[in-house]
Formats: sequence, structure tokens, C-alpha cells
Amino acid sequence: MKKIWDFHGGIHPKENKDQSNQSKITNAGIPPQLILPLQQHIGQRAELVVAVGDRVLKGQLIADAHGPVSVAVHAPTSGTVTAIEEHEVPHPSGMSDLCVFIDTDGKDEWCELYPCDDYSTLSPTEILGRVRKAGIAGMGGAGFPTEIKLRPPHEDKVNTLILNAAECEPYITADDRLMRERAEEVILGFEIMAYILQPGECLIGIEDNKPEAIKALREAAKETQIEVVVIPTKYPSGGEKQLIKILTGKEVPNGRIPADISIMCQNVATATAVYRAVRFGEPLISRVTTFTGDCIANKGNQQVLIGTPVSWLLEKNGYLAQKGSRLVMGGPMMGFTLHQTNIPTVKTSNCILAASQKELPQPDPAMACIRCGMCSEVCPAELLPQQLYWFAKGQEFEKAEHHNLFDCIECGACSYVCPSSIPLVQYYRYAKGEVRQIKADQEKSNQARERFEFRQERIEREKEEKEAKRKARSEAAAKAQAAKKAAAEAEAKEGKTEPAPAPESVKTDIKVNAAPEVTLEGLQKKLLMAEDKLSKMKAAWKDAQENNPERAEKLALAVESSKANVAKFKQQITDLGGGDASGTPSAPTGPSLEELESNLEKTKGKLQLILNTLEDAKQNHPDRVEKLERAVAKNHTRVASAQAALTEAREQQTTESKG
Amino acid sequence: MSIILSAVLTLLALAVIFGAILGFAAIKFKVEGNPIVDEIDSLLPQTQCGQCGYPGCRPYAEAIANGEDINKCPPGGEATIQTLADLLDVEAIPLDAEHGEEKGKQVAVIREDECIGCTKCIQACPIDAILGAAKQMHTVIADECTGCDLCVEPCPVDCIDMISVPETIKSWTWKNPKDQAFKIIATDRNPEVRV
Repeated sequence: MKKIWDFHGGIHPKENKDQSNQSKITNAGIPPQLILPLQQHIGQRAELVVAVGDRVLKGQLIADAHGPVSVAVHAPTSGTVTAIEEHEVPHPSGMSDLCVFIDTDGKDEWCELYPCDDYSTLSPTEILGRVRKAGIAGMGGAGFPTEIKLRPPHEDKVNTLILNAAECEPYITADDRLMRERAEEVILGFEIMAYILQPGECLIGIEDNKPEAIKALREAAKETQIEVVVIPTKYPSGGEKQLIKILTGKEVPNGRIPADISIMCQNVATATAVYRAVRFGEPLISRVTTFTGDCIANKGNQQVLIGTPVSWLLEKNGYLAQKGSRLVMGGPMMGFTLHQTNIPTVKTSNCILAASQKELPQPDPAMACIRCGMCSEVCPAELLPQQLYWFAKGQEFEKAEHHNLFDCIECGACSYVCPSSIPLVQYYRYAKGEVRQIKADQEKSNQARERFEFRQERIEREKEEKEAKRKARSEAAAKAQAAKKAAAEAEAKEGKTEPAPAPESVKTDIKVNAAPEVTLEGLQKKLLMAEDKLSKMKAAWKDAQENNPERAEKLALAVESSKANVAKFKQQITDLGGGDASGTPSAPTGPSLEELESNLEKTKGKLQLILNTLEDAKQNHPDRVEKLERAVAKNHTRVASAQAALTEAREQQTTESKG
Repeated sequence: MSIILSAVLTLLALAVIFGAILGFAAIKFKVEGNPIVDEIDSLLPQTQCGQCGYPGCRPYAEAIANGEDINKCPPGGEATIQTLADLLDVEAIPLDAEHGEEKGKQVAVIREDECIGCTKCIQACPIDAILGAAKQMHTVIADECTGCDLCVEPCPVDCIDMISVPETIKSWTWKNPKDQAFKIIATDRNPEVRV
């Protein structure tokens, strides 16, 4: 007989187990629709691998593990994926999460499985791969990915492997029935776990209120090294740390996990899931769930497909809604109230408790703490619940943390015994949430500060770089200037007789100085030359118009520009010498009237010519049309300007003649 | 006489020795900057929003260290005022409404099809939480955004919204039982309590 220890505190609530442990596990059957949440475990949500409209077979993967801490989800029966959307999931918040909806077809058609007759032919890594592929999460309640928990620790090996069969929570008998009816599976699953971890000893911790299960387990474990250890019934002996204390006398240090003291704890149902995954290749698609409470007519345990709606199950088991006061998922101590029944069962749903008003009466209103100290007497984690309560109520979360708030396992023993009906465990949950929130905020603000400081630094650096560049540029410019100056001076010294190659500024000076010298005579000379050129051009143009129309166009342009030249010089002369310009014999006031008239005529003629060509082009050469149109527009303006010049000249003449 | 003289001399000698030690310590263990500023800064929410009237959280922390009121930080709200009051051992005073009100967590979201890619919001963001380039669509890195809303005003096409961060199943925490009538399982006691 193995020596056992005791843990501090604990309570003895009414067990209420024989309501549901009298009958065999029955099959709940296939509901018309399954709702499968993608997150039924601790860690990252699984990643979808099916789409709406896909037909899926029983055991087919519908969402794969995504990231290191994640668990896959499989189709519990054959059917069609009809929707993938947010739906309420079993969670204390009553909030929604992404779910896959499968309309079942009743055929229950398996996909291809890969059984393995002898697990010892597989390596531990291969077995772990199978466990991961089977989507197994801890079925005791928390839902931690089993594959990760089963990985052998890096440093030292596991000395003690414990199978948690305590099932200390009142009402729940799912593990009890499972052990009674499938003890071999439990033992085989446990042996597979032992094969992976190679522990020094394998213990099954089971409370003494399950004699049939103990007998069955002992029978099944006869030929193995597994020892079934019977422990006294006390809540919460099924808590991982409490069970370790009972079986080994060791305590898990604050903030550490059992693996740190070479101990590992697994749940009974998880062991059977591991067995089925390794032996038959079956993924985790169903589990045993207890249906109990005064409001259920057919109390007992059922093999339920994951994703079966609670409402469907309740209806099937004869739910007396009018009598019901509270619907709880999980046990009465650590479970949570369901706000509605249209939610699915998940991998961690071990019990549906439909309690009557008499069974779970409304809690009395909380009264003042009378400091009786009963809560600290029952606390299995040896905390100071009263103290924690004050800190949580006063929002002194830091102090609560210093009083080891996070060692609280939220078993609810303190609230259970509190004579003032203070919802103590609720306060601790609230405080834990707040502390986590504060820490997350702190981390975020630290990150923001880092980013802000980095940005400031970057802006500063960019500014400096800009400044440095600007400085470099101005220095280079100054140097170039100095070099130029030096060169100029050197040249000036070398040959004083030679005119120095004048810098730009000097050149402009000369221009400015020379400007007055461009006097009337110069301009008049230029004007004469321009007029001469103009007349020559005109002659050439006339000639070309008759013989070479293409050239004529070009020449026309040249004539225009010469005319402009002439006009410019005339203007300059007028500016310079006032009336002198008109008086110059060789330069009468602009081209004579006749000239202007003829000019106008010519332009008009040219316009007509182009218009004709345009008409022609429109019919024969569409690609030339655009070009010609532009030319027409140009010539229109020319005609207009010629007309204007003519009228102006006429007016001038009349004024002159009058004068 | 000699007694008085020796006493005076002794005290004088002691004064000189301790003075020397203190002087040495003052140089040797000199603290760079004001450590209280760092502590105050670490309590501020680091949104760098400037609602307090200072150009960032650190300048406000410096101002607080120099006697400025602790109630000018709307993003931090009452919780920050409380922690600051605890740190500085002063009375917690209600938030100064002049600087804004506590809004809860928010995050900036760019309506991306309306964004013209002007980069003005990128320049305004104090923590580089907006990604984008000239004439390219911009987007906010939601995980980095502190909800300071400094990017909203410079946007020429008003395509930035401040949205409150919704509570998800992951961010949900238990609420204070003081505020709510809870249906608590764990307090449900059977008539007979056996300990």
C-alpha cells in the first residue's frame, strides 16, 4: 500500500453522484446539425481547411492546429458544411466565436483511418504526432493541448506519471462510468503515455467513493506496473496540484508547473482518447458527458458527439424546463451558468447540470465579512482568502498579487463555506482578469514608449543628416568659388595685356555699357537689312507659291518672322529716337498700306489653299487631317492679325494726313 | 577651557570628515536625471496624444515631478490618477474635463478605399503605427495603435475613424461582482455545511 499525504483545507459538499452513475453509458445519437467551435482549447484558434458546401466524412479534419499551442477539429459524423459563422460557444461570457455548422446525413460514414496494432512499433515522436493529429485537448476541464503536455521535458525525465481519476466535483460521473465500462482502454491509454515519458512510477489517483471503478481499474492494471491509489473523498482532491500533494507529498512551487518537479498529470478521459487515437487512428470526435440534476428525467452518462447542441440533448433526455432554475455546464463548484441552450458541447464539456430551484437555490445576498476565517481554513492552496477579498474589493490588485492571488485554483471552497455568502471566488476571478489586463496595458504602453522614442531618435538623426549635407554642400560651393577667384587672379597676373576671360557678370556689364551704343544708326542699318531680307523672301515665296507649294509654306513662315523683325527694329527706333523713326527716309511708318493689303490678301489666299487641302485630306488622307486643322487655325489668327495691322495703318495715315 | 576647546575641535574634525564623505558620495553616486520622472512616465499610458497640454508623456511626467496636477491625462483616466496619487502620495483628484474625457480603448481605422495616400497621418503618428507611402493606400497597425487620435485631424479627406475596441471572447474577463447581481455557482451552498 502506497503512503498518501493530505492537502490543506478542502470541503465535503453533498456528492449527488448516484443520480447519474447507476446506468450504463448510452449513445446520444446524431443530431440534425452539429456546431463545432474552432477554439475548444487553450491556445490559438484552429485554422479552417473546409469551405461552405463541402461534404465531410466522420473523422475528417475540418480545422487544423495553427501555431505551436493549438488543437485540430474534426467532423464528428458525415454531412455537409452549411455555414461558417459566429455563434455562441460554451464560455462564461456567453459570447460568440467562429463555428463550423455541419448538417448531418445520418450515414455516419468514416473517412480512412490508420490504425496501429502495436504502439511499441512507433517512436514516441510518432505517437505524439498521432495525438496532435487527433486533436486531443485535456478533457478534464481546462483543455490544454495534450500533445504539448505529453512532450518529454528537455532537462530531466518525468519521475511520476499520474492519471487523475479523482473526479471530486459533485454530480459529475462521466469518468466514473468510463472507468467502470472501459477500464482496459483507460489502462492502455495510460500505458501509451508511460511509453512516451518512461516515468519511474505510474499512479492512478481515485477517490474512494467509486468502488466499482477502482475494482475495474485494478483488474485491468493487474499485469502492469500501474498502481491504483485510493484516496479519501474530499473536494478538490482532483485539482492537479492537490492530487500531486496527496500522491507524492510534493508541492508545485509558485508560478511553476508539475513538470518542473518531474511530475505529470493526465485525465482519465484524455487517456482513452489517446488510446483510440493511437490504436484506431480515431480523432477526438465524441466524449462522455453526464446529464444530471432534478430537471432531467433521464439522468445518466452519454457518449456525445462534439458539437451536439445542448438544447437537442436536453430535449432528448427529458428536460423539465418549467422546474429548472439554472443550467450549468461543468459541475456545481467550478462550472458556469449557460445563458441559452442553443450552444454546442465541446471537448471539455463533462457535465450538463440542470438544477432545480431546490437543488441550486439563488445565493443569498452577500453580507459583510465577519472575519470568521473559515475561508482560509478550507483553502486548498493555503492562501488568505479574506485578505485577497479585501484587496480585490478595494482594487488593490498589486497587493492581491503579492498575496499570491495567482495560486488560487478557483475551486470555490471559500465561497462555499462563507457564512456571509460573499462571492469570494468571483472577486478573485475579477482581480485576476484585472491584473492580466493591467499587465497587458503596461506592456503595450512600454512598446508604445519604445516606438515613440525610436521615432524621436530617427527624426533627430534625419535632421542631423540633412544639416550635415547642407553644410557639406555650402562648403563645397565656397571652395569652388575660392578656387575660381584664385584662378582668375593668377591669370590676370600672368598676362595683363590680354583681356581677361571675362566672368559672366563682367560680360553682362559690357552688354549694359554697350547698349547705349546701339544707337539710331545701328538700328536703322539693321532695319534696312531686315527689310531687304523681307523683300527677297517675299520674292522667293511668290516664286515658290507658283512652283513648289510645300516650300511656299515654309517660306511664308520665314516671311512672317522677317516681318516681325522689321517691326521690332522699327519699334526700337521709335523708342530710341521718337519721331526720328518716321523721319528716316529708308524706313517709312511700317510697311505701306498697299503692302499690308497685299499681305492680307496673301494670307487669306493661303488660308483658302489650306482649307482646300484639308477638304481633300478629309477624303483621302485621314491621318493628315489633324495637322491641317491646326494649320487652318494658325492661318485664321494670321489673317486676323494682318487685318488688324491694316486697319491700324489706315487709321494712322488718316491721322497723319489730318495732322 | 581646554575641555571646551577639545570639544569644539572634535566636532569640527567630525564635521570635516563627514562633509568629505558626503561630498565624495555626492560625486561618486550622482544620479543622472530625475528618477521620479521615469517612474511617473512608466505609469502614463504613452499615447503621446498631447491632451494634457504637453508635447508627449515624458514632458508631462516632468511637469508632474515639478508640481503639475495629476488629473490631465484622459487616456489614462481614473486608474492612472489613482496610481499616480499612490506613487506621489497626494490626493487623487477627479479627471480635469478641460483636457477631455475618458473614452475607453480606441483604435484608428483608415477607410482604405477613400485614402488618397497623402502621408499626412503617417507624419502625425507619434509611434509609427501607420504604414503606407506617397500615393499608396495607408493602413493602421491595429496592435500598435494607442488610440491617441492625432492622425484624425490632419487627414484631408477625413477617412480615419476612431473605433472603440470591441470586447472579444479572448479579451473578456470576469466583471466585478460588486457591480452585478451574479448567478454564482460556487456560492451555492447546501443547507448542511461540513468542513
